[in-house]
Amino acid sequence: MNTSFLDPIILTLVTFIPAAGGILLLLFPRRHRDIRIFALIVTMLTFGLSLHLVANFHRKQTEFHYLIDRQWISTPNIHYHMGVDGISMWLVLLTTFLTPLCVLISWKSIQERVKEFFILLLILETALIGVFTSLDLFLFYFFWESTLIPMGLLIGIYGHGRKVYAAVKFFLYTMIASVFMLAALLWLYAKVGSFDFFSIQNAIRAGQVEGFATAAPWLFLGFFIAFAVKVPLFPFHTWLPDAHVEAPTAGSVLLAGVLLKMGTYGILRFNLGLFPDQSRHNAPWIAVLALIGIVYGALVAMVQPNMKRVIAYSSVSHLGFVVLGIFSFTQAGLNGAMFVMLAHGVSTGALFMLAGIIYERKHTYEIADMGGLATPMPKYATFFSFIVLASVGLPLLNGFVGEFLVLTGAFLAHPWWGAVGATGVIWSACYLLWMYQRVFFGKVTHPENSTLPDISPREQLALWPTAVAALAMGVAPLLWLNIIDPAIQNTLAPFAQIASKVVGQ
Amino acid sequence: MNSANLPVGADYLRILPELVLTVFGLAIMLLDPLLHEEENRKTLGAIGLAGAVVALLSTLWMAGSPGYAFWNMVRVDGFSVFFHVLVLAVTVVLILTSYEYMSVQRIRAGEYYGLILFGAVGMCLMSSAVELVLIFIALEISSISTYILAGFRRRFAISSESSLKYFLLGSFATAFFLYGVSLMFGATGSTNIDEISKALTSGSVPTLAYLAMALMFIGLGFKIAAAPFHVWTPDVYEGAPAPIVGFMSTAPKAAAFAVLLRIIFEANAPGRFWLIWISAALSMTLGNTAALVQSNIKRLLAYSSIAHAGYMLVAFAADPELGASAVMFYAASYAAMNVGAFAVVSHFANLGERYVTLEDYEGLGRRAPVLAGALGIFLISLIGIPVTGGFFAKFYVFSAALKSNLIWLTLIGVINSAIGAYYYLRVIVVMYMREAREEVPVLPIPTALAAALVISLAATIYLGVLPGPVLDYAQRSAKQLVHGGVSTAAGPSDRVQIFQPK
Repeated sequence: MNTSFLDPIILTLVTFIPAAGGILLLLFPRRHRDIRIFALIVTMLTFGLSLHLVANFHRKQTEFHYLIDRQWISTPNIHYHMGVDGISMWLVLLTTFLTPLCVLISWKSIQERVKEFFILLLILETALIGVFTSLDLFLFYFFWESTLIPMGLLIGIYGHGRKVYAAVKFFLYTMIASVFMLAALLWLYAKVGSFDFFSIQNAIRAGQVEGFATAAPWLFLGFFIAFAVKVPLFPFHTWLPDAHVEAPTAGSVLLAGVLLKMGTYGILRFNLGLFPDQSRHNAPWIAVLALIGIVYGALVAMVQPNMKRVIAYSSVSHLGFVVLGIFSFTQAGLNGAMFVMLAHGVSTGALFMLAGIIYERKHTYEIADMGGLATPMPKYATFFSFIVLASVGLPLLNGFVGEFLVLTGAFLAHPWWGAVGATGVIWSACYLLWMYQRVFFGKVTHPENSTLPDISPREQLALWPTAVAALAMGVAPLLWLNIIDPAIQNTLAPFAQIASKVVGQ
Repeated sequence: MNSANLPVGADYLRILPELVLTVFGLAIMLLDPLLHEEENRKTLGAIGLAGAVVALLSTLWMAGSPGYAFWNMVRVDGFSVFFHVLVLAVTVVLILTSYEYMSVQRIRAGEYYGLILFGAVGMCLMSSAVELVLIFIALEISSISTYILAGFRRRFAISSESSLKYFLLGSFATAFFLYGVSLMFGATGSTNIDEISKALTSGSVPTLAYLAMALMFIGLGFKIAAAPFHVWTPDVYEGAPAPIVGFMSTAPKAAAFAVLLRIIFEANAPGRFWLIWISAALSMTLGNTAALVQSNIKRLLAYSSIAHAGYMLVAFAADPELGASAVMFYAASYAAMNVGAFAVVSHFANLGERYVTLEDYEGLGRRAPVLAGALGIFLISLIGIPVTGGFFAKFYVFSAALKSNLIWLTLIGVINSAIGAYYYLRVIVVMYMREAREEVPVLPIPTALAAALVISLAATIYLGVLPGPVLDYAQRSAKQLVHGGVSTAAGPSDRVQIFQPK
């Protein structure tokens, strides 16, 4: 089927269909079943449309695809400028892939204010996709900030425990950090007269930005702080465990699966794309922070008594890999970083869904209250073990490829970065497998657990896609890397020049 | 005296909105004693509404004939039309909000609606007057009306306190303004903005002019609630009737900003930079930090209005053209969101304004989803999150400041807007994420209030999605303001030749 007529509008459709669905939901009567089914249809439709992006992607063409560039506001010069390359396209796909699963997993667990829940979820999806497709810095900031409200409300209304504290902490941390990005962005606009990513990039490369040399370190920091908090890079990570533990399952899935990637994507696109010299210059301390994150996150994860906290801290550790890979400035490292982002999105999303499934049954995440669950819930245990192994980095599953590439890149950059980073793989095996052992193996320690129902068909429906994706990404990573690599080489091009300049001297 | 010196028809056309408002105001005052108390609330409200709407329409008519009127004392240009529309739109929303409020609070309506219209006369005139003495008179008309309106909840001591405090401090502040005017006259030999501008831009600037500027700034700083002249704000806002607070914090403030724009950018009053810089930084910081600990929603919004005055002042330190248009846009979007927020607050306050603490807002999201949703959007706009007018308002102000290399002031501003997010967010959190401890009754939403909410919501979202047209207009009129005269932008006017200064 030839669908190329969709090319100029496909990004607009994919971005805004969820929000349009959300607005339609406003008009729905409060019949929960209808609302859920409608939300599922909208998210599935979005996923279906986003497949068009992959199907019509030309690997050889290194420029951005599906570009659309219209003037939105004349003064200041703001454009509705969207497009994707090999990096952002996969992140869009990750978002559209995870959201229907979020709808499925929230089917039963959300019983109050159902309508508002799905409206927020759909608006969040639009904001997330918009972050990855925007090529106008203003538009990017617009979507970036727009993610805060729905996510904050999802945590604050539908979470549990200290949900309000967690929601406010999440909101303020990321809001305050992104203010610095806004300041940097405004400075760039004041000097270049455009928010367009390419215009700004060309102006910087051509040295046409007045006062850039003195401002560059501050601009780099402005962007970096906003992204580092989102990633979250040690020591800005403290909002993450709170937000994750208190969030509803769907919130956690999108938070870990996609929201954190907004940070690493931002670093990759904007910090590296706009400030290559500064990135190079600041790489040592950032890599050290990433390494601390890998080890520290893993060690803290090991001693958590709460299942969701273990997964949350494992995210800190895994995202450390991504940052390490990016700041190795090697082709392997960056490809790996990108792959870890996707793999982590799939497997951590699945882990949070699995944690949510047990929470629905037991209303607790405490590992001490579990024990021997493999006996009453064999299917659940199988899914769990599969995803844990994927997350740990077992070869032929998705976690392995990315981490391997990142570590290769890190070794090439600095042998000891690779050496320290490699311990992270061991740690992750320790905390995840240990958790698995305590939850599933042995005798059923709490008698009430022996009657827990195994997973339902609906829950299986939500889990199967992640398991299949985890396997496919592990067996045939080239399907992904072939599209990622040209974009990565594009990003790395100015770095090769810097390197040759250094050698030339 | 030559017959050419008598006012002609065009002169009256250029103050038509003010005339319309006065006529309707007088009609309300005359009808008030003739009507029964219960029915007069509705009738007089309708008359007031009609007055404001007709004035709004006549503004559009007036906009068609820009130029001077009444011996160069009044000037109709893009700038004054902008503020006319702003003030009158706020007046419309205020009357719609008051409609139900009056009967819930059992307040006599006669003088209330009359004073609102008379106040609007003063505010409109402030924006079109180009003569310092006339500006002063307009300022007094607007102030005296608002002093009385602040005390309208007669049965409550706190309201009288509010009114008295406002009156005493306010008259003190206008005295400063008048003193500044007289010194300006001493320094330049004129009270006409154009002539002052000529005197100040040709040759050396007399020292006296600096003092005059400082004194006028004190007077206007009080009106816009800028630190360090802000101390009255929380007490007055707490006591005054909630719809009036929504009005006070937007329309007279916008008018005072219009005067400040005229004095600083059109008359080129000297020595603005550090005056503005310090006041802006102080307003933002004091307003936001004090708002963090408030538990009364009216006080919270009072401190927030101080902070917003600070953001607007930032633009005054910037390049004239950019700064003036940023202030105008900010004034418009702040008016939309704040008047809307107060519409919700005043409806929810109920009899005797009993429910105005944050605790009373617990669980509002569930009990009154529409009201809470509207307030939530206004608060999001006050934070400055995208898709709302508040975002672009802050954005224009800060980008104007950065283009003028005010890096530190911008930084203080952005950090402050992040701090500000906390207390607005607290209200949203309380509404949506807490369960109500006691059942606070919520009245059904009357039509008039619904209309008020729809207008202010539409304006807030419109400015947040398509800010282009309003900003373009603001930029054109700012250019006109800064580069002087209607004649360049709007063509020579019929009266200008006769009254051109020698």
